[in-house]
Amino acid sequence: MASSTRPKLQVEGLTVGFGGTIIQQDVSFSVTAGSVFAIMGSSGSGKSSLMRAMIGLLRPMAGSIRVEDEDYWAATEARRAQIDQGFGVLFQSGALWSSMTVAENVALPLHLLSALDDASIRQLAEIKLSLVGLEGAGDDMPAELSGGMVKRAGLARALALDPEILMLDEPSSGLDPITARRLDDLILELRDGFGMTIVLVSHDLPSLFAICDDGVFLGAESRTAIAHGAPRQLRDDCNDPTVHAFMRRQRPQ
Amino acid sequence: MTVLQTPKSPMTAKGGVWTASVDGSTVSIALSGDWVARRDGVEFDAAVKIIRPGVSLVAFDAVKLGHWDSGLIAFLFNLRRAAAQTGAAFQDDGLPAPARRLLKLAEGPAEPRPAVPPTPLLERVGLRAMALWTESVDAAALCGNVLLRGAATLRGRASMRTRDLVSEMFDAGLAALPIVTLVSALVGGILAFIGATELSKLGAGSYVANLVAIGMVREMAAMMTAIIMAGRTGGAYAATVSAMQGAEEIDALRAIGISVFDYLILPRMLALTAMMPILYLYSCGVGMVGGLCVGAATLKVTAVSFFVQAQRALTGAELAIGLTKSLCFGAFIAIVACSVGLRADRSATAVGKAATKAVVVGIVGVITLDAVFDLCASVLGV
Repeated sequence: MASSTRPKLQVEGLTVGFGGTIIQQDVSFSVTAGSVFAIMGSSGSGKSSLMRAMIGLLRPMAGSIRVEDEDYWAATEARRAQIDQGFGVLFQSGALWSSMTVAENVALPLHLLSALDDASIRQLAEIKLSLVGLEGAGDDMPAELSGGMVKRAGLARALALDPEILMLDEPSSGLDPITARRLDDLILELRDGFGMTIVLVSHDLPSLFAICDDGVFLGAESRTAIAHGAPRQLRDDCNDPTVHAFMRRQRPQ
Repeated sequence: MTVLQTPKSPMTAKGGVWTASVDGSTVSIALSGDWVARRDGVEFDAAVKIIRPGVSLVAFDAVKLGHWDSGLIAFLFNLRRAAAQTGAAFQDDGLPAPARRLLKLAEGPAEPRPAVPPTPLLERVGLRAMALWTESVDAAALCGNVLLRGAATLRGRASMRTRDLVSEMFDAGLAALPIVTLVSALVGGILAFIGATELSKLGAGSYVANLVAIGMVREMAAMMTAIIMAGRTGGAYAATVSAMQGAEEIDALRAIGISVFDYLILPRMLALTAMMPILYLYSCGVGMVGGLCVGAATLKVTAVSFFVQAQRALTGAELAIGLTKSLCFGAFIAIVACSVGLRADRSATAVGKAATKAVVVGIVGVITLDAVFDLCASVLGV
């Protein structure tokens, strides 16, 4: 579990967009192994599109994403699928497969992508559900879970293949402050335990200040990154008016 | 002192290894190698092998431990549970600190969830009966609504947008023409083929036109278009409405005070009911052309004689029966599909189930209705 200081992920000159519309251009940053990295920005600034490019759902128009020195989008499709297995992704709405129980949701990646026997898979699914505090809910259907439990179940599924990088899309959205805080704690515990690198998209200020130690701020008007650094540091030191207003929950001047 | 070890198997040859040295009532477990869960899995009976009765202390040595992940945590979790059962002390200070944290996290309290006691049989029967009753009441209410709102529409008082009606009519009409053309031509051809082989044995080959005309107009055109539309459009209605249900779009309509019936169901029902007779007439025509082609190929029937013969065979009553059937089938398919969609659960699987149910109930219902029509017609002597 040695964590070095070399970057786990490196984004260089990235431009993302749909069709002819550019959403963000020339974005560069690097994510240190073992850190919790925040992608911040106001609604519509392209945070989610940037994350979609990072998890292989949206091909960038220009630039590169390097995963441990390997250019992700330059790789073949088969190789990309292999790299993807090192990513765990928690989607905003949980995106649990509604036709399966919670335990089956966690077990499916292991069933399809590993050669393990059923007993091992059952045990691994069980330990992952225990880690997120859902040991009794394995036989429930996703529709029966509360909002906080859906996020936890989604997190357990993201952990299924023991990923080295965990991507979280607005983990605390739709949760009450207490539940959101407990999810933040859980994310930190899992990071410390497994030594994962975490990239999260969020505009939930308390959660950004509590768990992130680095980040990038995407400007909605400038269409590029306007600040780099930990959310706490940006709140205290950044002079950009948009970032300043965002971090202090004020109207922009 | 006895020493136990990870069983050697090809699966675990490269993987993590545990070596348990039993000294009296103390077990010290040395961990080494890389523990990779998705390569090596979890040795589910290790805890039973290590924690024998009489063991009172479990200690660890992780100096040689390499890379590890949830596989190690699962192994330790099982050990800890077994130790707790036999009352042995679990001394975890030899483990890496992150592993201790994860172990603590996994042992932590579960998310509180409401306990659901199992429902007794009698209660289940009662609930089932009540659900069935509610469903029947719903169906009756829907039929009543259809009549009430249908009357309101005729007087121009329904809150329905013409735009929706037109787009639904396009979907249920023009867009269905290719498949209706293909199926009708084939059905007409099949009828003519049966007629050509069977009737010519009796020397009544010229009656092929009668068979095709009456068969299409009275039975097959109405039924085949209804079956096509139940599969094509009924399934689509149910899927759309249930997907809207899942995305809370229907709740949004209700919350604003828009009548779900007027906005969603009425345009679909009217469109399908209006398009079905047109598709029926079209299907009759195409079917007869199909029959003519087969007749011309097998019995050398000419077009003129075929249509003259068909015209003689057909009466207004046949056409009226066919048209009535197609009107009823259209309304029936639309109502069934929309009500199935409205009653669906709110998940991705529910969309598939609703579409399947709408198609199955639609097709079975159409065939049953058709039989009822024929029974009535024969009793009335039409």
